[in-house]
Amino acid sequence: MNQFQDYAFLFVLAMFLGLELISKVPSQLHTPLMSGSNAISGITLIGAMSLASVSHGSPLALFLAGFGVAFAAINVFGGYVVTDRMLEMFKKKGEK
Amino acid sequence: MAAWATLLFVAAGICFILGLKLLAKTHTARRGNLVSALGMLLAVAGTFLEIVYEGTKTHHDYGFTWIILGLIAGAAVGIPFARLVKMTGMPEMVALFNGFGGIASLLVGWSQLHTAVAASGDGTDVLSELSHTGSGSGYMAAAAIFLAMLIGGVTFTGSLVAFGKLSGRLTSKPVLYHGQNLINGVVVAAILAAGVFFGLDPDAYWVFLVSVLVSLFLGVAVVIPIGGADMPVVISLLNAYSGLAACAAGFAVDNKLLIVTGALVGASGIILTRIMCKAMNRSLANVLFSGFGAGEGKAAAKGEAQGEAKSMTPEDAYFILEAARSVVFIPGYGMAVAQAQHAVRELAQNLEANDCEVKFAIHPVAGRMPGHMNVLLAEANVSYDQLIEMDDINPQMEMVDVAVVIGANDVVNPAARTEKDSPIYGMPIIDADKARTVFVLKRSMASGFAGIPNPLFFLDNTYMIFGDAKKTLEALVAEFKDALQDAAV
Repeated sequence: MNQFQDYAFLFVLAMFLGLELISKVPSQLHTPLMSGSNAISGITLIGAMSLASVSHGSPLALFLAGFGVAFAAINVFGGYVVTDRMLEMFKKKGEK
Repeated sequence: MAAWATLLFVAAGICFILGLKLLAKTHTARRGNLVSALGMLLAVAGTFLEIVYEGTKTHHDYGFTWIILGLIAGAAVGIPFARLVKMTGMPEMVALFNGFGGIASLLVGWSQLHTAVAASGDGTDVLSELSHTGSGSGYMAAAAIFLAMLIGGVTFTGSLVAFGKLSGRLTSKPVLYHGQNLINGVVVAAILAAGVFFGLDPDAYWVFLVSVLVSLFLGVAVVIPIGGADMPVVISLLNAYSGLAACAAGFAVDNKLLIVTGALVGASGIILTRIMCKAMNRSLANVLFSGFGAGEGKAAAKGEAQGEAKSMTPEDAYFILEAARSVVFIPGYGMAVAQAQHAVRELAQNLEANDCEVKFAIHPVAGRMPGHMNVLLAEANVSYDQLIEMDDINPQMEMVDVAVVIGANDVVNPAARTEKDSPIYGMPIIDADKARTVFVLKRSMASGFAGIPNPLFFLDNTYMIFGDAKKTLEALVAEFKDALQDAAV
């Protein structure tokens, strides 16, 4: 139960930090922000990895975790690559 | 070794936060994305360390086969997709990725639960199994697992529907039926009750499994009644959900980094949702439940005839543009559909060569997702300091010689300022009508998505240039080139 409170504390603080950080992102960059946060939400990857390592002995649990890894990894790889591609295009006049 | 893993997780968290911070400025944004990617690398490295450390204590199968296969599969799908997707297709891609984030959280929650069910042997003491793995309490762990599954499931199918609507595979019109909100309400109440039941008795595996199906159904049910032009709100909201699902998964599998990072993404989605709603002057509830553009649109469409719109050919329009000293382009979703962004940039260059000041006025909900127009114009090599936000451009509109509206409609509808009974009354708009001359590039006189008549088209200073926006722009560019050649001869 104590641990749960720690997590809740962490969650609330992180939420506030997020609201502070994101409100400074200009509307011009909102699409890259979204695709970038797609990539970051791929963090579920590490949860799925941990589960794949402990779910030995249960084929279904391993199978579910493995697919979790795959879907999250699509977000991670795809999200970062497409965001980079997009941000590369944002140029001022005269910039190469 | 566990301490090293923790250190890596802290470093990863810092990288994510720094990455978002760097995203606040256009010239540092690309670096921010790389820093964030570095954070992900550290997080994965830390997880590998942890797996090996924990694994040597208890068992010797690290599950690496599945992890590596999963990573390879993810890279094999994600990277080519990210490289090949067209910039006009970004809303679809983001929608789809929101969904993948959701299904990943659902799978993580389910896998965690199934591990506990399998470990408890006959499945009658899942609670105590969960209390070893979850948030220190079996009940909390069960609740977190349920929440990760529920939010993840809704995000997954909701995003698939949004993807279908955005890519034209499904109708972008709101799909409404009688008693829809009532049915959805009952389903939501039922699944929440199931969640409480399961939280109190995690042995009830079947409740969880039925709830998986219900959550998947719910995702479809809540997005299907929302129309295409409201997609910026829906994508933003699903973005928030995908973060919150990751958060819930963090509570379920005991991972602080998941909680922090999921909260950051959740916050991002929430802020974007608020900005989009504000830009349409509508509450979130109104977007989600009203089926805007189906019912209200019909009522509005039978509004009074407003006189006759004047049309103009590109040849005549050229002479006005040629004499203009300042031009503002106002792009909308139509520019994306017509793939006209490159033609716009070419026309802008010709205008600038002709000593004219060119700006682009971007409405927050122009297009199908936040920032959609900016990305398209950036792709076409338009300098980002020429892209002006609505609030900054409006005070200058009266000084503008020509406003060129390209495939935008509701976001330049002056009825939003003046007509109290218009469905979009109060929505902030770009004041195109205040420019000395207005060109509206449009296929026909058909009204916009919401079926709301647009008085802008009938103003004295407005000229419609009918036809495909891209062809019209190309014709204008050709006029400029001809004139240049004539001058040279």
